[in-house]
Amino acid sequence: MTTNLIQAHGLTKRYGDFVAVAGIDFHVAKGESFGLLGPNGAGKSSTMRIIAATSQRTGGDIKILDKDPNLHGPQIRAHLGVVPQQDNLDTELTVEQNLFVYGRYFGLSSSFIKNKIEELLDFAQLVEKRDVKVDALSGGMKRRLTIARALISEPDILMLDEPTTGLDPQARHILWDRLFRLKEQGVTLVITTHYMDEAEQLCDRLVVMDKGKIMAEDSPAGLIKTYSTKEVLEVRFGSERNAEMSEKLKQHCERIEVLPDRILMYADDAEKVLEEIIKQGIHPITSLVRRSSLEDVFLRLTGRSLIE
Amino acid sequence: MSITTEPKVVKPYGALYVAEYRIRNMMRFKALIVMVSIGNPFLYLLSIGVGVGALIDSNNLIDGVPYLTFLAPALLANAAIAGGMDETVFPTLHGFKWGKIFFGINSTPITGSQIAIGVFLAAMARVVFLVTIYWIVLYLFGALETSYSWLAIPTAIFAGACFAAMMLALAAKMENDNLFFTFISRFVIMPLFLFSGTFFPLSAMPIYLQWIGWISPLWHATELGRFLTYGREISNQMLFLHVAFLSVILIVGLFFAVRYYTRRLAK
Repeated sequence: MTTNLIQAHGLTKRYGDFVAVAGIDFHVAKGESFGLLGPNGAGKSSTMRIIAATSQRTGGDIKILDKDPNLHGPQIRAHLGVVPQQDNLDTELTVEQNLFVYGRYFGLSSSFIKNKIEELLDFAQLVEKRDVKVDALSGGMKRRLTIARALISEPDILMLDEPTTGLDPQARHILWDRLFRLKEQGVTLVITTHYMDEAEQLCDRLVVMDKGKIMAEDSPAGLIKTYSTKEVLEVRFGSERNAEMSEKLKQHCERIEVLPDRILMYADDAEKVLEEIIKQGIHPITSLVRRSSLEDVFLRLTGRSLIE
Repeated sequence: MSITTEPKVVKPYGALYVAEYRIRNMMRFKALIVMVSIGNPFLYLLSIGVGVGALIDSNNLIDGVPYLTFLAPALLANAAIAGGMDETVFPTLHGFKWGKIFFGINSTPITGSQIAIGVFLAAMARVVFLVTIYWIVLYLFGALETSYSWLAIPTAIFAGACFAAMMLALAAKMENDNLFFTFISRFVIMPLFLFSGTFFPLSAMPIYLQWIGWISPLWHATELGRFLTYGREISNQMLFLHVAFLSVILIVGLFFAVRYYTRRLAK
């Protein structure tokens, strides 16, 4: 067996005339945390559903744990933990019942599941909520329960589709902490996200997807290094003057992006750029110096921003 | 996580796990289910069986037996059908649409066919329970004349199974739940209930309405029930036809249920 748990070549998914995944190549190694970053409709979820062995590919090849998901769906799914984009917990059952029932689907014995539930309630910080109906849980708790549920069978690969979308900042941080612990324990993670901060925190390596294709692949730091500068200066002149000002600003930085509400000036030392333009008598309404992020990488690769 | 202590093999009893979950879910309403299972036959038998029966019996007997006796097998089969529908339509709509839990189940080794069969089996457990109670109530009301009238229990369950299978397929196929309720319940279920020889013999209806009975599992099951509970005279050929019709409906229903479940999950 190779050390790659997932290996895809020319993977394609069509729905009628629409191409959701347009022939992509990628692999995921054991113990790795692999991310699919891209805007809504980039083909991330379709790719995830193929890896989860629930949706069949229409072209190309993919091996998951050395098996073809079109032929061995149930055998592959026995080794996966899936956290879908939309929680599909049974809201009428309690926290504990949800975990128990799900464990049964994997054919696990009651005694094994019962022990496992204690461990998972602790991990998901839901010990006090064990007898509470899922209906009554907050969004963050539901998400943690969904993750705990996916771990009931001790999967080889944990798949998370937009794990923190729709959560408030505090709930997101709790969740990231939990996922980071799993990563430390050596669980292989496959994550889709359209949040660059999430991708930067959780992924060892990621692919940037757009319109069903992979635009780039590297570690978060590697992508930033290749496709962006160290820092960015964001300046605003008011939406009417941005385009006009960009002509004057061009010469002061390596690359410039004009967005409807602001201008992004890429340079390794953004502070210095700001000093320079002020010396030239250019005074933006607001200015901000920040580090480059995956958002900038995405902008560079596609000419569009991630969250539209 | 800790070291795996259980081997990861795909077990063949997936449908049973799903049925286990469904029954666990029903158990939340166990008091209600028991109450309805006992209360329903009482109300029906008192109002229509005894009440309407008194009116009819004072004029003439239907099929040579008291009205209550004539009506009993139809009510039994109808109860099975209603129970079978309840436990297939709502779980299917909930599983695919309202709560999407089938997609969660399908992320485990469980397949679409196993989910369909599991929901079906759990529905049948409910049907077996309620038909048995119904039969006991009929017995207490003195509506059963033969010594082997308990054989009407399996035929009523058979009818419930047919409807459960068909509804399983339909509810999985029709993605618009509003359409499902308005169309199916008003234009299919209601006419079948009224025109399946339930309250009066099919032969008493105009010929152009009798076909509804012929395509209705309720009528076929009711005829079998009447044969078994008071010995209505039915030829062997007709008995065979009733059983054959119900069998075909059951098999075709399950075939499409499995197919539509699998397809909808793989979308």
